[in-house]
Amino acid sequence: MIKAAVLVFPGSNCDRDLGESLVRFFSCQVQYIWHKESFFAEHDIYFLPGGFSYGDYLRSGALAAHTRSMSSLREAVAKGRMVVGICNGFQILTESKLLPGALLRNKSLKHICKDVPLKGENEFQDAPNGFSLPISHSEGNYIAPYEILQEIEENRQVLFRYRENPNGSLHDIAGLCDKSRRVIGLMPHPERALFPTKDKREDMPLFGRYFFEKIFSLL
Amino acid sequence: MPYKANVVVRYKKSVLEPQGQAILLSLREQGDESFLDVRVGKYIEILLEAENLQAAEEKVRKLAEDLLHNPVMENCSITVSQDD
Repeated sequence: MIKAAVLVFPGSNCDRDLGESLVRFFSCQVQYIWHKESFFAEHDIYFLPGGFSYGDYLRSGALAAHTRSMSSLREAVAKGRMVVGICNGFQILTESKLLPGALLRNKSLKHICKDVPLKGENEFQDAPNGFSLPISHSEGNYIAPYEILQEIEENRQVLFRYRENPNGSLHDIAGLCDKSRRVIGLMPHPERALFPTKDKREDMPLFGRYFFEKIFSLL
Repeated sequence: MPYKANVVVRYKKSVLEPQGQAILLSLREQGDESFLDVRVGKYIEILLEAENLQAAEEKVRKLAEDLLHNPVMENCSITVSQDD
């Protein structure tokens, strides 16, 4: 059984969706960790959920990056544990400098909430036909200095690119990993593509399932 | 001794700052073409206790580097003075 932990901050709002999905679909054992808690690296994988940690004050993810639970997470990363940050979780990872670059306000200045077609690369290059996932963010416009972008491309760190860039991200980056390939951040919400719903494409639940199965296969 | 720090955080020149662009557009639509550019940033006021001015500056500089600004996209300037 996979031991997963979901880090929870004041203002996180996808933590239960994520945790419940991990239990129901992937039989994970899930522990929720509040930002004031420190922990030992005794889990197989750590998730940083979406939401609005600290109300997005100062910069999205900036205040969450300086919490006690994140100090423990750094130690877990140093021990080679896997970390996946989704949406606000991705922002927390860039603010923690566990991932390169930063996420700016969308070019359109608008919050964008829709399903977007994606291209999977490297570990995710076998993504199914028509691969797409929902996004819902105001700050998803990925930037990094030119040299860092070069490095990201040379090391093949990009895992997901938008097929139709919705937010202005450089190199159409929707998700990437660090050099160790154990820390992964992405703006799309795979946990929102697990249940069949009438308003979504019929094959949508496959895509969320594909994402998590692939992640667990990398443990 | 109490000190007051003013920290101004600005987006780097190379970063498109869409709020400023929206304000500029609004100004232009009001018919005045003399506004050339607008950029929105943040102004942060901090009151702190320190032994002297140098120590206060050092503390605020560290805080600015660690938390108040993100060097990937922003620059910041700091002024510290004695609080009256």
